[in-house]
Amino acid sequence: MTEYIVFAVSCILVNNILLAQFLGNCPFLGTSKKMETAIGMAMAVIFVLVMAGAITWATDIYILKRFDLEFLRTIAFILVIASLVQFVEMFLKKSIPALYTGLGIFLPLITTNCAVLGVCIINVQEEFTFVKALVSSFAYAAGFGLALVLFAGLRERILLARVPKPLQDTSIGLVTAGLIALAFFAFKGMA
Amino acid sequence: MVEAILLMLGLGAVCGSILSIASKVFYVYEDPRISQVEGSLAGANCGGCGFAGCSSAAEAVVKGKALPNVCIVAGSESAAAVAAIMGLDAGTAEPLKSTNTCEGGLRAADKYVYNGIDSCNALVNFYGGKRICTIGCLGLGDCIKACTFDAIHMGSNGFPVVDEDKCVGCGACQKACPKDIIKISTMSDKLLDFNKMDDALSPCAQTCPAEIDISKYISQIKFGDYAGAVSTIRERNPLLLSCGRVCPHPCETKCRRGIEDEPVSINQLKRFIADFEMNNGKRIPIKCAQPTGKKVAVIGGGPAGLSCAYFLRRLGHDVTIFDMMPKLGGMIRYGIPEYRLPKKVLEWEIEGILNLGIKTQMNVRLGTDFDIESLVASGYDSIFLGIGAWKDYKLGAEGENLKGCYTGIDFLTKFALNQQGDSPVPTVIGKKCAVIGGGNTAIDCVRTLKRLGAEEVYIVYRRTRKEMPANLVEIEAAEHEGIKFVFLAAPVKVHGDENGNVKQLEYITMKLGEPDASGRRRPVPVEGSETFIELDMIISAIGQGPDISFKKEGSRLADLTTTRWNTIGAVNPETLQSNIPYIFSAGDAYTGASLVVEAIGGGRRAARSIHLYLTGKEIEPVPNSLYKKYIPESIFKSVDGIKKNPRTPMPELPVEERIKSFEESDLVITEKDALNEANRCLTCCRICYNKDL
Repeated sequence: MTEYIVFAVSCILVNNILLAQFLGNCPFLGTSKKMETAIGMAMAVIFVLVMAGAITWATDIYILKRFDLEFLRTIAFILVIASLVQFVEMFLKKSIPALYTGLGIFLPLITTNCAVLGVCIINVQEEFTFVKALVSSFAYAAGFGLALVLFAGLRERILLARVPKPLQDTSIGLVTAGLIALAFFAFKGMA
Repeated sequence: MVEAILLMLGLGAVCGSILSIASKVFYVYEDPRISQVEGSLAGANCGGCGFAGCSSAAEAVVKGKALPNVCIVAGSESAAAVAAIMGLDAGTAEPLKSTNTCEGGLRAADKYVYNGIDSCNALVNFYGGKRICTIGCLGLGDCIKACTFDAIHMGSNGFPVVDEDKCVGCGACQKACPKDIIKISTMSDKLLDFNKMDDALSPCAQTCPAEIDISKYISQIKFGDYAGAVSTIRERNPLLLSCGRVCPHPCETKCRRGIEDEPVSINQLKRFIADFEMNNGKRIPIKCAQPTGKKVAVIGGGPAGLSCAYFLRRLGHDVTIFDMMPKLGGMIRYGIPEYRLPKKVLEWEIEGILNLGIKTQMNVRLGTDFDIESLVASGYDSIFLGIGAWKDYKLGAEGENLKGCYTGIDFLTKFALNQQGDSPVPTVIGKKCAVIGGGNTAIDCVRTLKRLGAEEVYIVYRRTRKEMPANLVEIEAAEHEGIKFVFLAAPVKVHGDENGNVKQLEYITMKLGEPDASGRRRPVPVEGSETFIELDMIISAIGQGPDISFKKEGSRLADLTTTRWNTIGAVNPETLQSNIPYIFSAGDAYTGASLVVEAIGGGRRAARSIHLYLTGKEIEPVPNSLYKKYIPESIFKSVDGIKKNPRTPMPELPVEERIKSFEESDLVITEKDALNEANRCLTCCRICYNKDL
């Protein structure tokens, strides 16, 4: 149990998918202007990534590895994740319309999110067990959400500050993202 | 390689099959209009509309939660297409534009001390917006930060200025503003907007019966934006040329500058700007909303009828004006003489209104040539009664039916008809004439008589000059033109000669007693003070009211509520709806003889109610209305920082020249004077103003 907790902390803080591995920067900058948008995106990523982690793990173990076709991982995972998201969207629309409306545009946006794909590939490259792959997916997604929400909070504050014209909006966003990443490097000693 | 291809094909086939089955299993009925609407949006998924993507926006439109112009990227064509899909009133497809209604800004910087975070919202959250003005702009620019289209910038006066060309009406600024000063609205919303207690209004704008944004148009004159000033006036008053000449400018009585100095000559500035458009020969375009397919009959083409027709047409309705006279204009054509309002000026003004696509039916009288039944049968959805006050009150003195006795409106109308070539009957006047009454009609009669060559012209009035209801400037002009005033004199009898012609007017001298219901001191006769004046023509102009002879038994209008002054009653003075739901009224027909500007304001108010009626909405007064009230905090007792600076005098034709013809006697001020006068304006808002320091 302790091993899984340490592993999860490592995924959330030390190897944060956004701030240490630099994956998923587009939604990080695109959906972090408002706190409510950031929370919506974080929830959607957690939701999709856990499922994508499981299904891609199964695809890799039972299909790709069996036929010795691991080099097809990226393209196969894109296909599987995109189909999964479409499937989930249809399912939610029919069965849980409230959640479907809540997730809004974010669900289809995740279809080709490199953070999702990245975590799925890490899961199989590191040869995690199924349970560990699930923990990893959830923890990486939670790390994504944490970074996104922290960043959104900062950007809401920055909006009220006097920022020189050339640095406004995305520029100051990138500088701030860099500074948060530096702050997250302090977690390196934990694992 | 073959395995790889087969695997990918297999994987694709499995995914496709699962999705295909899922699409059947999880099928959810979706209104087909959603996809149609979505197809008309930009497809950018930008979220600028406030919804999560285009499909959400389309769904919101279909559910009625968003307007057809929801897409801020695709523009008006998309809005029109969406409106067509939804079968909505195309009027709602008008583009939304943002406006800042407060022009306070740094002028009121001393009203609060705050050194916290640079945000209006923070200021409001921390301190409740520390500023004396309850609505004033805090000037910290949250709206500017919220605008992603760079359409708002901080103006030189420290308040945000909206660039209408760049504004897409997304509403982000409105949401960001904690003081509700930035508002997004369509042209129709603006036309239907009336002054409210929580608006940013200067005292003059609160006083104007037409509710014109006076400080805004004066400010536009100041900065040389004459076309903008014309449009600002026309947003509330379509008869700016006429008003610029004949309005007694009640606004000037509440001019904040007037507290310490002379009030700004607001009406001269209005006339200057109205004449600028006319003399320029190029009409400033007027926009109308998309046609709604609703028909309205406006009965009476006077100021109230023209104003109502103008606003209804701009709101997209099909309007026809019915008038009993050969030409439009009502009392401003037939009751106001040429020297005050030249007919060619009026023609130009009315032509501009009719150019919007308003139809006319002239020489038809309600109750004689047509009635409400025929209008309803012709498919008119609503009717506006702007029939004016054409019936003179009787003098009630013996001998008033002798040859040589006239009533004011009758005399002025006959003269105007002949002067315009609409009647071959020339106006015969006497050598010694008297006009009984103290109002504007009486003054118009005496000044007309003077110009027609009468040798001696009297005004006989039962109170003193101070109590005369006519405009002071008119009274003074009559004095300059040699009119003789007989005050405190009440006519008792008109004496005639053996041929039945007027010979003498007998009057009794009065003295002023206690004030009556009108607030003026009641005249009391002095016993034994009968006096005689030798005359050969007498005109009584003691007041007028509407002619409601159309209220015949058995007709629909028989049930129309009227007052004891024969004016048309309204359910509410602000909605102007009569007791017959589809009939509305305003102007002299509702108020009794009153100001042109009052009729114009009434016409717009009635147009709002008619629009609500036609669009199936509840006809209610404007919430929090400022109707005939003042915002207490905006009325000052003293005004600091005023350097005395005389008001621009009105240029006029010399007396000896003007009494010889019907040439316009009051002239327009020069551009230099107009700019000087505009600079005297303190550009007041609710509590802010620009000092002369």
